[in-house]
Amino acid sequence: MLTFDNKGIYCARADLYIDPWLPVNKAIITHAHADHAHKGNKHYLCQTDTAPLLKLRLGTNVSIETLAYGQQITINGVTISLHPAGHIIGSSQVRLSYKDEVWVVSGDYKLQDDGLSTPFEPLKCQHFITESTFGLPIYHFPKPAIVKQELHEWIQKNNEQAVNSLLVGYSLGKAQRIIEMVSDLNMPIFAHGAIFNVQQQLIDAGQRLHPVQYASIEQIKTLNTPYLLILPPSAIGTPWLKKFNPYEMAFFSGWMQLRGARRRRNVARGFVLSDHADWNQLNSAILATTAENIYVTHGYKSIFAKWLREEHQLNAVEVETLYEDDLLMREDTDAAL
Amino acid sequence: MQRFNKLFQTIDQTTSTNAKVKALVDYFHEAPAGDILWSIYLLMGKSNGRVIKTALLRQAAYKLSALPTWLFEESYHVVGDLAETIALCLPPPKKIKGYTLSQTMAFLATFTTIPDDEKEQAIINRWMETPTSERFLFNKLITGNFRVGVSKQLVIKALALKYNKTANELAHRLMGNWHPHQTNLEKLILEDILDEKSFEPYPFFLAYQLDGEPERLGDINEWCVELKFDGIRGQIIVRNEEIFIWSRGEDLLTDKFPEFHPLVHLLPHGTVLDGEILPFKDGEILPFSVMQTRIGRKLLSKKILESAPLVMICYDLLEFKGTDIRNHPLIERRRLLEQVLGNLAKTSLILSPFVSCSSWEEVRKVREEARAYKCEGVMLKRKNSLYETGRRRGSWWKWKADPYTVDGVLIYGQRGHGRRANLYTDYTFAVWDNDVLVPFAKAYSGLTDKEILEVDSWIKKNTIDKFGPVRTVTPSLVFELAFEGISASPRHKSGIALRFPRILRWRRDKAAKEASTKQDLLEMLASKGDK
Repeated sequence: MLTFDNKGIYCARADLYIDPWLPVNKAIITHAHADHAHKGNKHYLCQTDTAPLLKLRLGTNVSIETLAYGQQITINGVTISLHPAGHIIGSSQVRLSYKDEVWVVSGDYKLQDDGLSTPFEPLKCQHFITESTFGLPIYHFPKPAIVKQELHEWIQKNNEQAVNSLLVGYSLGKAQRIIEMVSDLNMPIFAHGAIFNVQQQLIDAGQRLHPVQYASIEQIKTLNTPYLLILPPSAIGTPWLKKFNPYEMAFFSGWMQLRGARRRRNVARGFVLSDHADWNQLNSAILATTAENIYVTHGYKSIFAKWLREEHQLNAVEVETLYEDDLLMREDTDAAL
Repeated sequence: MQRFNKLFQTIDQTTSTNAKVKALVDYFHEAPAGDILWSIYLLMGKSNGRVIKTALLRQAAYKLSALPTWLFEESYHVVGDLAETIALCLPPPKKIKGYTLSQTMAFLATFTTIPDDEKEQAIINRWMETPTSERFLFNKLITGNFRVGVSKQLVIKALALKYNKTANELAHRLMGNWHPHQTNLEKLILEDILDEKSFEPYPFFLAYQLDGEPERLGDINEWCVELKFDGIRGQIIVRNEEIFIWSRGEDLLTDKFPEFHPLVHLLPHGTVLDGEILPFKDGEILPFSVMQTRIGRKLLSKKILESAPLVMICYDLLEFKGTDIRNHPLIERRRLLEQVLGNLAKTSLILSPFVSCSSWEEVRKVREEARAYKCEGVMLKRKNSLYETGRRRGSWWKWKADPYTVDGVLIYGQRGHGRRANLYTDYTFAVWDNDVLVPFAKAYSGLTDKEILEVDSWIKKNTIDKFGPVRTVTPSLVFELAFEGISASPRHKSGIALRFPRILRWRRDKAAKEASTKQDLLEMLASKGDK
């Protein structure tokens, strides 16, 4: 029912694409990250909570139709519904069924409950298209509660030494999780413009999130150390950071599991916090679908597909897509949001 | 090992020097003496060596992780570090036992005596007793590759604070070949007598590369100018009718340099010379590569000794008639050095001449011509400078000549290690031999982090073939490479070998066709190379 072409994942019967990277007529968008939500499509279909984020990225004059989780529509006999993917607010798996055939496109997903996005819903299907960003047995993400505790200890230590804590994560998804983790600390929380905008947009759309203050230079000047500042990766190494001296900086990403990735970022402290599934989550999510046919997209796709074939005897193939498989790079471009 | 791991993590997770020193001092206060001794040894960058063959260690890891071999190896290529890959792949521990650092080191020491087939199980058992957070450190100790972001000077600074000694004294005490099995903390740090360490060298004084124009150094008349020789930096020590030769890397190389052995009878007791050891014949310096082939040999045949005779070009005197004179001004040390060498008949010691320059412009000229004398550039030393410890700014500077350059085409990429893990950062470059590209150099450094990301992504999209961890790419990117020397080499496809090749810049303005040719390299070899 689905095929892969040079524009994206295509459903010929319903004549629509999922997360296309070249402009098409009808596009279903799994979530509002830049590599999945491209501009230029005529009509967009996405989950209700994704719509305001899509508007922030694409402008307010785009044609967007929304579906609630679980709500079905039928196009030319194909029944389509969106289901929680647990990746970020509004992120969805796309379920398509025609007669007895069921396909699920995972988009990006995680099984961990982050307390902000609707938790991942396991769906049975015969064909499952999965990401594999962290599809190696070296990735085992700690529970968010443990990360939160370590983060609080780290901030406490910085406070004792009277230095500011700078927390780095990409603007949509990670930043909201970081803000929630520090919201009960009773410290002033400032944010880089990109993060401030996303946070405000989500709050305006009715999400119950902790508000942050925009880190204008005038305001920072009047402040007493220590305070918290949330910033996107693209701000690392810019002269703007000098305004926040003295500070310690920490980076939040699944990649922080690897020492090399942390050192490359030139940040002293890394916290392993991801919006993607780690090795065990990927394996259990895939097995839970009971699907025989697995299509592995962005990430360690060839390795992960081989593992699924050999270990689980699944009919797994790797698929070329233009979704970024190196989040570190995507994080760099993310500040444009 | 919990304490030492905490120290390791703290140092690893901060960039603040003060925080590092504080963590070290705290550790020295808390830890038992045996652990402190080992920690100093490890923190100073000394290694116990690898106690188990890597293949055996991998076997143990495959077994305990229950992963297919290929998947473990793929993971290794992504992580870029064996100790870390193992730490990330192992199941959680069964029953944690809190071994101390010295207990751990004692356990590893038993590996020299137990048979291979017992090692695997012994390692597996230890892994299952070691908390997940300590496994990386434990694995680094197994592989003998423990490293952490503190300099020797910082460790010495912390020890000085803890034990109330001067940094200079501690630096001296910690030089050379000591081992925790043969000494204790009392002897190493605290006892008054230094006599029995008479073979120990002084810490070397090292120069930074001059950044900027030399005019900033002030009046030329306050400076001595010397050529910067390209050999092995070393100290020759004669004390109590014995001779010791140390390299800057603190290797005792006495046996490798028999030509200096007669000096034991010629130099007075208590003489320490600092200089550059290099091959020299018929009044001329020979190429560095001549010495390189010699250094690797276990046995020095007569033929080798004849074809690569060594001398030391001496530029400093640290001890004169048993007295440490490092606190005397350079000019005075120099006078004594001339006196010591002047008393000798023709020997393997040569004085490094001062080059007389009356302006910085003249120094510039000397630097440009340095290569013609088989030198790397010039050394600038303040006339009244003391002989300091370690690498310091201010009174000594090296000013290297500009490197040779060549434009190479990127043909292979391989994933890097450490902070470059998971990225294609190890590159092989080729030059044109008529219509064929021949590989001539590998380079790993020189690009900015941003460029590395860009090239990495380019390599992933332009791969035409994969073999193992290596990717062959469409030959289209051109990079300007810099290197310090060129010599003929039958072992390389291109027939030449480069010294210290690194990337100078990405030539986005050049197409692959415009890269250098093998002929260009051969001409370089003919005109200035090591023949």
